[in-house]
Amino acid sequence: MTQTHPALLSPEYLSTRTRAPLRTPFRLQLGPTELTGPLLGEARVRAEDADLTRAADGEAVGQRILVTGRVLEEDGRPVRASLIEVWQANAAGRYRHTLDRWPAPIDPHFTGAGRTLTDDEGRYAFLTIRPGSYPWRNHDNAWRPAHLHFSLFGRAFVQRLVTQMYFPDDPLLALDPIYQAVPEPARRRLVSRYDHDVTEPEWALGYRFDIVLRGATATPFEDPGDDA
Amino acid sequence: MTPSQTAGPFLSLGLRWPDGPHAVLPGTRGAVWLRGRVLDAAGEPVTDALVETWQADGSGRFADREETGGFRGFGRSETVDGEYAVLTVKPAPLIDPLGRTHAPHVALSVFARGLLDRVVTRLYFADEVAANSDDPLLTSLPDDAARRTLLAEPSADGYRLDLVLQGSDETVFFAL
Repeated sequence: MTQTHPALLSPEYLSTRTRAPLRTPFRLQLGPTELTGPLLGEARVRAEDADLTRAADGEAVGQRILVTGRVLEEDGRPVRASLIEVWQANAAGRYRHTLDRWPAPIDPHFTGAGRTLTDDEGRYAFLTIRPGSYPWRNHDNAWRPAHLHFSLFGRAFVQRLVTQMYFPDDPLLALDPIYQAVPEPARRRLVSRYDHDVTEPEWALGYRFDIVLRGATATPFEDPGDDA
Repeated sequence: MTPSQTAGPFLSLGLRWPDGPHAVLPGTRGAVWLRGRVLDAAGEPVTDALVETWQADGSGRFADREETGGFRGFGRSETVDGEYAVLTVKPAPLIDPLGRTHAPHVALSVFARGLLDRVVTRLYFADEVAANSDDPLLTSLPDDAARRTLLAEPSADGYRLDLVLQGSDETVFFAL
């Protein structure tokens, strides 16, 4: 069976050394609790939540991008009407968070976070700006590759996923212990691809990022040859 | 499948809801607070984590199709103040597809900087002695020390359970 997720203890990423559980996880026989999940529907999302580029009566600085894709289960079924939450740094690589101390400018017109629901085909779309890279103190001259944080629910507790989307051809990916913690064949699934058909003329560049969740059943399905 | 990545130190930007901690509406009859710390290998509280909960209601129903009577069954709480806190009701015991009865429990996920994937466990209620002694998961754990890491103790306004990410009292986490 190929390993998809990163090992919790990945020592190059320093914070894992004191936070990763070290005991072998107990194999749980899934019960009704794990095979169901919350209904987080339209009441939690407004249409404008999918646009991160407008706040405080102004437009965010940076390269405008459209990020779109489909959320699917392992067997290819779309995940419908499911909440997606995203958050990211601004064009200068600064988060709108009181604990982000990196002295890059805060953009008052960039919301920094978005939400949407997938449609009947599992599709979603966000309008945002391309985030900047930023330094972190993990090791000497450490910089995170540009990324968007994604949070997904699927339709069952077992499907819950928080991950990060990266951009193609980012030279920092090869140097990033968080990205590199994912086993080699699965890593590239975190990299979006530039899609000229998504790009809107005179407006924004398009990136496609499809997300595949495990099935909502008791047995995870993992094809050793599946590297898509 | 798409691999997991850490939620990082600024997860509150995307994942904070004003009503996040309310798995039930405030004022719900029989509501209790589930509270506890998330602790690292040094025993220090982790203050940038997010704990999420999911459970059935007091009659064994899940709010997976509709929220009924203000019961959402899902809660999320950050640990910026040193503890998570989720307002909920104690769930009913559940019968699984094999016909076994599970003691009342709440599924938990923890997300944080330094966790490359969420970690998952269940919270059980220490005062459900009879139900716990027949629970298929609790009885399959190797010893009482392992079981104790899942048992929330009664407190002034509900129940308390610390989640220990690493160390000699490490919480039993699950592979799903």
